[in-house]
Amino acid sequence: MAQEYWRWSEESWINPDLNDWKGACLTAGVDIGSTSTQAVVMADKKPLSYASIRTGSNSKDSAVNAMNRVLELTGLQREEIAFTVGTGYGRVNVPFADKTVTEITCHARGANFIYGPSVRTILDMGGQDCKAIHCDENGRVRSFMMNDKCAAGTGRGMEVIADLLGVPIEEIGARSFEADQIPKPITSQCVVFAKTEVGHLMREGWTKEQVLAAYCQAMADRVARLLERNGMELDFAITGGIAKNIGVVRRVEKLMGVTALQGSYDSQIAGALGGALMAYDLLEKRKRRGQRS
Amino acid sequence: MLSNYGYEDGSGNYYITIDTDKCSECGEKPCLQACPEGIFQTELDDYDDEVVIVREEARNRLRQTCAACKSRDRMASGDYVLPCLKACPEGALKHTW
Repeated sequence: MAQEYWRWSEESWINPDLNDWKGACLTAGVDIGSTSTQAVVMADKKPLSYASIRTGSNSKDSAVNAMNRVLELTGLQREEIAFTVGTGYGRVNVPFADKTVTEITCHARGANFIYGPSVRTILDMGGQDCKAIHCDENGRVRSFMMNDKCAAGTGRGMEVIADLLGVPIEEIGARSFEADQIPKPITSQCVVFAKTEVGHLMREGWTKEQVLAAYCQAMADRVARLLERNGMELDFAITGGIAKNIGVVRRVEKLMGVTALQGSYDSQIAGALGGALMAYDLLEKRKRRGQRS
Repeated sequence: MLSNYGYEDGSGNYYITIDTDKCSECGEKPCLQACPEGIFQTELDDYDDEVVIVREEARNRLRQTCAACKSRDRMASGDYVLPCLKACPEGALKHTW
C-alpha cells in the first residue's frame, strides 16, 4: 500500500503523577471533530487520561473508540464517570453524553486550563474550520468569529498538501523553514484549486520546501485576517492540530506581532479537556439546583 | 457572550445581539411577552443557564418582522423605545439597525 503522508499518529496518555484518584469526581469530555476525536477523563478537575484518534466514517464509533481507549488505560468502567460532555462538530453523536456543549465554549475553557487564566484570544485551528475566540479570565467566551467556508486554511488542507508532496505531516512545519527562496503564497481559497497551484509550482522547479513555505504562509495570512477581524487581545494561544505545525504558528506570530503561549498539554485535546471541565461545573450546578428545589 | 442573530444583505446589517451573561441574570424574561411578533424563545445555553434566543424561523427576516415596531413615525418621536428593549431589565438586547 502506498504511504499515506497525511496520517498523523494517534495518541493516548495517562497521568503518571496522579495516583490517588480513587473516590474523586470523574468527568469526561469527548470532542468529535471532522478529522480527529479526543476523549479526556479528569479526576476532580485534574487530567487523568486522554486519547486522540482519527475520526472515522462513523462519528458515534469514533466517540466510543476514543472513550474505550481511555477506559482501558485507566481500568475504569463508563458507569464510574459522573458526567460526560459531548462537543465538537459531531457532538450530537456521543451516545453516552449527558449534555452537548459547543466546541467554542469548550476550547475557551480548555485553553484557560492549558495556557492559564491570562489567555484572552484563542485561535482554534481545526480539521475543517478555524475560529478566533475571545474569553475572560475564567475561560468564558466573550465573542468569536469563525471561518468554516472550506478546508483551505485548516488541518484537512494541510493533510491534502502533505499527501500531494509526499512529506510526512509532522515534518511540514520544520521543512517549510528550510526554503531559501519562497514563491508567492498560494492564492487559491479552495483546497482543490490549491492542489492545482501546488502542481504548477512544482513543475516550475520550486522545491518541496519552497512550496511548503508558500502554503504555510498562505494559511497564516488567512487566519491572521480572521484574528484581525475579531480583534487581538493578549495573551494569545493556539489550539487544535495546526498548533503543532510551527511553519504556520511562527508565521501567524510574525504577522500579528505576538508570541503564542506554550502549554504543558497537547493543544489538540483543548476541546475535550474543556468539555471535561464543563462537565464538572455542570454537575456541581445541577447538584446545587437539586438541593435548592 | 454576545450572540448575534440575523443576517446581512445589500441594504444593511439586520442583527439582534443578546448578551447572554446579562440575559441569564433575568428571571422573568419579559421580552418574550413584549415582542408583538413573538420572535423570542428561551433555551438552556452551554452553561445550563436559561437565556433568550431569536427563533430560528425569524432570523432571516428580521427587517420585515421588526418593521412595524420600527415604523418611521414611531422612531421619529424622540422618546420612543422598541418594546423589546424597553422590557429588558438588564439591557442585554441590541438591534444593529
